[in-house]
Formats: sequence, structure tokens, C-alpha cells
Amino acid sequence: MKPASYLLLGAALLGLSSTTQAQQLSGAGASFPAPLYQRWGVEYNKVNPGVQVNYQSVGSGAGVKNFTAGIVDFGASDAAMSDAEIAKVANGVVMIPATAGEVVYAYNLPGVKSLNLPREAMAGIYLGTITKWNDPVIAKANEGVTLPDLPIQVASRSDGSGTTYIFTQHLSAISKEFADKIGTDKSVTFPVGVGGKGNDGVTALIKQSPGAIGYVEYGYAKLNGLAMANLENKAGKFIAPGGESGAATLANVVMPENLRVWPVDPEGAGDYPIASFTWLLLYKKYDDAAKLKALKDFVTYGLTTGQGFADELGYIPLPAPVVDKAKAALATIE
Amino acid sequence: MPENNPDSRAIAEVRVGPDLFHVLCWVASAAAVATLGWIVYEIVSGAWPAIQKFGFGFLTSSSWVPNRENFGVFPFIVGTAVSSLIAILLAFPLGLAIAIFLSENFLPLPVRQFVRFVIEMLAAIPSVVYGLWGIFVVIPIIKAFGDWAVVHLKGIPLFEGPAYGNSMLTASVVLALMILPTLTAISRNALTAVPKTLREGAYALGATRWEAILGVILPTAAPGVVAATILALGRAMGETMAVAMLIGNSSRLSWSLLSPGGTLAGLLANQFGEADGLQVNSLMFAALILVVITLFVNVAGELVLRYTQNQTAGIR
Amino acid sequence: MDQPITHAPDFFHDNKAEATKAMARSFGNRVLTTICVSLSLLTLVPLVSIIFLVLKNGLPLLSWSVFTELPPGAGMTGGGFGNAVVGTLLMVGLGLVFSAPVGILSAIYINEYAPASALAQTVRVVAKLLTGIPSIICGVFAFAVVVAVSGTFSAWAGGVALAVLMLPTILLTSEQALMGVQSAFREASYGLGATRFQTIIRIVLPDALPAIMTGIMLAVARAAGETAPLLFTALFSQFWAKSLSEPTASLSVLIYNFSTVPFPHQIQMAWTASLVLVAFVTLANILAQLAFSKKH
Repeated sequence: MKPASYLLLGAALLGLSSTTQAQQLSGAGASFPAPLYQRWGVEYNKVNPGVQVNYQSVGSGAGVKNFTAGIVDFGASDAAMSDAEIAKVANGVVMIPATAGEVVYAYNLPGVKSLNLPREAMAGIYLGTITKWNDPVIAKANEGVTLPDLPIQVASRSDGSGTTYIFTQHLSAISKEFADKIGTDKSVTFPVGVGGKGNDGVTALIKQSPGAIGYVEYGYAKLNGLAMANLENKAGKFIAPGGESGAATLANVVMPENLRVWPVDPEGAGDYPIASFTWLLLYKKYDDAAKLKALKDFVTYGLTTGQGFADELGYIPLPAPVVDKAKAALATIE
Repeated sequence: MPENNPDSRAIAEVRVGPDLFHVLCWVASAAAVATLGWIVYEIVSGAWPAIQKFGFGFLTSSSWVPNRENFGVFPFIVGTAVSSLIAILLAFPLGLAIAIFLSENFLPLPVRQFVRFVIEMLAAIPSVVYGLWGIFVVIPIIKAFGDWAVVHLKGIPLFEGPAYGNSMLTASVVLALMILPTLTAISRNALTAVPKTLREGAYALGATRWEAILGVILPTAAPGVVAATILALGRAMGETMAVAMLIGNSSRLSWSLLSPGGTLAGLLANQFGEADGLQVNSLMFAALILVVITLFVNVAGELVLRYTQNQTAGIR
Repeated sequence: MDQPITHAPDFFHDNKAEATKAMARSFGNRVLTTICVSLSLLTLVPLVSIIFLVLKNGLPLLSWSVFTELPPGAGMTGGGFGNAVVGTLLMVGLGLVFSAPVGILSAIYINEYAPASALAQTVRVVAKLLTGIPSIICGVFAFAVVVAVSGTFSAWAGGVALAVLMLPTILLTSEQALMGVQSAFREASYGLGATRFQTIIRIVLPDALPAIMTGIMLAVARAAGETAPLLFTALFSQFWAKSLSEPTASLSVLIYNFSTVPFPHQIQMAWTASLVLVAFVTLANILAQLAFSKKH
């Protein structure tokens, strides 16, 4: 047994010694950008094996809590952080927009390949005031298309989510009735509809029922082959969701100092109405210099090479001016 | 002399105070109690702001509106009760039947081994997979049943209204399957633990197989079966992931089993990650209520247990 | 006694009433047997359906590489979940180390040493209360107790969360197992002059062991498949675990992650991971039963 035990000991020592070299970074937060951040982690580790970056989706709320408590090296939130929340963080906060997404109305109407949804319908469906597909409001915007006499089966999110936040934020901006009755939050109670858990739950709901409509992130609709409605924007045009229309919205956004901004009701003619950034949350001050360097390198990678993965995974690449501002904010961390 | 006689020494040891093992066991018991106490403390301290703000009204209010900071869990209490009740109503007879089947020799041993193997495999399936199976397999079936029931069972309020796939019925059915392995395995243990002498005695008196089972074996195994049921019921009430994926999480109260509903545990699973501030406190309050409900259920279980033990006292 | 009586046996001596009663009892017996067997076999249908679904979706990607490779990023192909397998083994193991002794020793105390004492009655109530604690609260508790104090997500915290989850099952089934040991055994042991300790260790425990193992395996099966407790305590990792004090991957969190995204390869990986999880737990179950079966 002697040689075997020496072998084991040697292997253990080898294992131990190699562990002391890799720099570990862990982050937790929003589930929407999780696949992209995890992809960045895997790809960056190939480029720089000395840095291992972990990201796990636990929800923006839990992410902010963990970040505030200092349990993670970085956080992520679809709703950024409010000033009150920032005040609670001992080491200060720098919010860096890392990627962006669109929220689409995905629907299941066999035979209807293209659907225009006017603003009144967008809000009305979720207020429960528009209940049938061939309602005059919808029909008027879709001349030449036969809309079936089916009830609209509304699908919404049963769990709290940044997607709901962005969705309700836009609807509250375009409809006063919606703002009064339902309001803006990560989890709201709609007067109609069935709740599915997660974007995948809502996707499953839509797929199961002809006549269903629901709001999901663009990537889920695209990769599951769901039909997406063209939404009316402030300029009165019906815009299809996609990389271009989303990029148009983001490009027109004016970035404030702290990089926290929502294009709540974009005004450009080609802008897709429901799009938003999602942020990485970093501290203003890090005590560990090696960790800070690794983190800065990783985030820089994400802001540059990492944006190349965005489109295939259903996200919107950041416009160049935003990337520059993000890099500048990153540089202020010490 | 006692000191030199090994037998006397052994007897003397019995009379001496608690040995190390006894103390260890006592410490373990105290640790179990302390763990629960600590958990309850953590839940209560997490729930405190919500308790102060809403008080008892939390249990009777039906509106759960996070952005208006208005929280009430009545529909979820009802949902927890209904889904667990249906799950147990479905799982108990089935689980007991299978347990009896596994402990008697109606069919040859290989068949019984196979059934036991399948049931134990089920215990290993993650809750998420139960949820996915529910979405792919159960929902279409329940939806088809629901569409039929809405027309043909029109008078009954339980089957009223538009039939949804994500509904109380779907969640309850999947819950029943999730708790089945626990119920079956522990009941089977209880049944096989019945002393052979009792079985043989019953047959010697001329009982048929089922007269022996129903008259002697089951009553003797009753404490174990009740324990199995309580464990299964606890699991049903506390199941988070699968229920959250299947029940539709609606805070609208409805008599119909075909409508979406919500449970306390499902509410927690759905909202905890994204919640902050008063919403977190309210969710912890909901968790506290769940613990209290479990307490009531256990008290009921104890009463049943005491009744069955009175019936079979002194047999062992 | 299972053969139906179709004609009155001789010993009823033309006593029609008794003969009819006998035939009715035997007929009732047959009916109940049929019902019992049919119900059991019928229940197998949904059960087999789940296993079939897991097999059908999980088998295609099953290969040795899933044990040696790390999770693929979104949109990538290949990869595996070796780190998640190791993580689950680690944390379920830790959970067992924390909960099995407490559960079994408590059961011994409340069944052998002081069944009527106040502590024993409290423990019984406590164990049943613990069964109703949602798995997410186990995670939140372990978060408050371990993660918040140590300042990092860790496998230790995951183990604690799983231990809390497993404790009630182990405690209650161990108590049932000990109750199932005939008192005649204990009395015989005392009669031979053994101490209580010797009786417990040499007579009672070995006889109760198969049933205790059932309880432990049930607890392990549940713990291996729960996501919520680990999400708040061990988080997740895309790399091999190097210490117990850092975020650790697990099969259940991997399945949760991969099944809720729209990327087909990851969704399929989730099914394969489910298959591996079920296979491992079932294997452990079979081994445990083989090792601890009653040797009468």
C-alpha cells in the first residue's frame, strides 16, 4: 500500500498547490443577464486561466442584498440600485451597464404571422379591458388580417423579476389607468391572466394555449420560435423587436453621471418601445488589489469582446458611446 | 466479593448514573430542539416588521400588492390547505395500497422488487424535474380533463370556469406523486415490522388474508402509517419549486380546482429572490404562518395517533 | 387462504348460512386483493412516465465526459457537469454528517432512554414541525447562520441547509425503526445482564438498521434534489471546487439554471444531469439496502 499512499499524498499536494494560484471572483444577482455573464466567465477563463469568475442568478433583490452585505465581489441588477440602497453600501457603488434586453409581447395565434399592437391594446390587454383578439382596437391596427374570435389568454410572471419591472414601467408611462391600477414593480398583481414562473414558464404558457399572449425577454421568444408582436412607439410607428430596433433605442438614451437611466418611453421613430439596460454593481473601493485587477480585466473583457456574444444569446449589444462611459466609470474604482 | 465478580460489576454499572452514550443522546435531542428554536427565532425576527404593521389582518386580507406595500395571505393559506389535502387524499390510499402490496406476497418477488425499485427512484427525482414533467405531461391532460369537466360537470363549483393548465388540480396531482415514495416506503417499513407471531395468530384463528390485514396488521402498523402520513403531509405543505412552476401563483380566491391558485411555500419560491424591504418581511411572516399551520396539522395527527395506539396498546 | 372457496366444503355439513358466509368472505378477499394489486400497478403508470421522460431526454448527452468536464456557457456545445457531481456528493455528505448523528441519537434517546420525558415529547413535536419548513427557509436559515457570519457562500453553508432539511426525516423514521424492534429482544438482552448501552448498540440498533437506512436514503434523495436551500448558501460555481469555503456547484442548482434558459444544449444538459442524479441516488439506495439488509 505504500506507493499508493504516496501517490495519493502527492496528488493531494499538487491539487492544493495549484489552488493557490487562480483568482476567484463571485457575483450574484439578476437572472436576465445570467447566461451572458456565465458565458463571459467561461470564455474569459480560457483567455486568462488565472481568473475564475462565477455568476449565479438569485434575483436582483437577493443580489443587491448580498452585494450590500459584502458577501459577493460584484452584483447585478435589472433595476440598478436606488439612492437609498446605494447609501447602505459601506464601500460605495459604481453601476456599470453591461448589456441590454427587450421585452416582447409573444403570442400564439396560428395563421397570424404579423401582429401590430397599438398602445391602447398593450395596456388594455393587461388591464383586462380588451379581452378578445378581434377587438376593434386591435383590428384597426391590423387591416387585412383576419383576427379570430378567441378570448385573449393573458400570461404574466408569477415570480418577481426585472422583466416585469421594465414592462410595467413602460405601460405605466403610456397609460394613466395602468399606472393607477397596477403600477410599476418587480412583482405586480394583474387583474387577469395566469402566472408562469420565469421567462421559461411564461414561454411554456404561451406555447400551450392558442390565443395566448405574454411578455417575455426577446431571447426567449426568439430561441423558442414564438411570434412577436410589433409594438407602437411614441412616434406612432409599429416596430418589430430585434437587435436593430433595440440598438436604436439605446443609442438615443442620454446617460447621466451615475449611468442609471431607463428609456421609459423612447421617442425616436425607429425605437423599440420596451428596452432597458442591466447593470453590474461594483464597489468604489476594493481592499484586495489582485482581486480588483482581475475584476477590472474581466469587466473590460465583457464590455469589449463579451459584447460579441450578446446577439446570438438574445441580448442587445451596448452602443459604443455607452461602452466608453462604462469603461470610464470602471477606471474610477480603486 | 462484588468487585471481583464480573457479573456483579455489570449489574452495578446499570445502577450507576447516565453513561457517556446516554449524555450524547440527550445532547442530540437538545440540539434538535435548539435547531427548531433557532429557525423559528430567525423567521420571527425576519417577519417582525410585517407582524407589527399588519398583525392578524395579514391572515385575513386577500390582497398581495408589493408595489403598494399591501400584503395579505388568505388566498395562499387556503391554497396550501387545499393542495395538501388533495395531495394526501390522492396519495394516502395509493401509497397504502402499494405498501400493503409490497409487504404481502400477492405477486411474485421480482414484481415486488421492481415496484419497490420504481418507487424509490421517484424519491430521487429533483423537484425541478417534477415541475418540468408537470408542464410537459400533466398540464395537457388536466387541460383536456378540465375542458371536458367545464361542460359535463357544470353544476359543481369545484370544476367551474375556464379550465387552465396551470391550476390547483395540476399542482395537487404532481404533489401527490412527489409525496408517494415517502408515504409508501415508511408505511411498508411499518407493515413489515409487525411481528410474525401476530400474523400467524390471525391466520390460525381462521382469518382470510384481508381480514388479517385490516383487522390486525394495519392497526398494529397504524402509528408508523400515521407518522408516514405526517411526514408526507409536511413535505406537501412545504414544497416550493414544483408547486411554484405549476400552480399559476394567483392571489385570486376561487372555488374551482381548474383555476390557478397559490400556496405559501410557492409564494416564497416565486418572490423571495427579488423581494426587498417590507416584502421580505411579509414573506417571512408567510413562512411563520406555514410553521403554525404545520403545528395544527401535527396536533391533529397526534390525536389520531393516540386513538390508534389506544386500540393496539400492549401488543408489542 | 387465498384460494377462493367456490363450493361449500364438507365440514359445513349442509349449513347453508355458514357456507355462504365463508364464500362471501373469500370472495371479498379476492376483490380486495385485485383492487390492491390493480391500484399499485396503475400508480406505476405516472411514475414510469416520469422516469421515461428523464431517460428519453437525458440519455442522448450521457457520456463519460459529463463527469470530467465543466459546465458549458450559454450558446456553447459540449461540456459537462463534473464539478456539480462532486459538489452534490460533498454537500449531501456534509449534510449527513451533521444530521444523521443528531437524528439517530435523538431517536435513541426518545425511544430507549426516556420516552415519557418532557424532552422526548418536545423532540417529537419539534421533528414533525421541522417537516413542514419549506426548503427555501432552510436555505435562508443557513444563510443567516453561516453565510452572513462567515462572509462568503460556501459548501459548509450548503451542508448546514441540507442537514436541516434531512433532520426531520431521519429522526422520525429512526424513531419508527426503533419502535419496530420487538421488546422481547430488549428484555432478553437485559435478562442476560447487558447494560442499556450494550442492548442498544448490540441488539436494538442492528435490528432497526434497515429501516433507519430507508429513512436516511429518503432524506438523501430529497436533499440531493432540492434547489432553494443551496441557492442561498452554496451559490454555484463553473469551476472545480478547491475548498469548502467558496461557492460550490451542485447538480440541483445546475438543473435549475439550465432548465430555465432558452438554449437547447443547456436544456438537454439539464435532463442528463437529472438522469445522473436519479441514477446516483438509486445506486446509493440499492447499495445501502444490500449492505444493511436484515440477516435473519
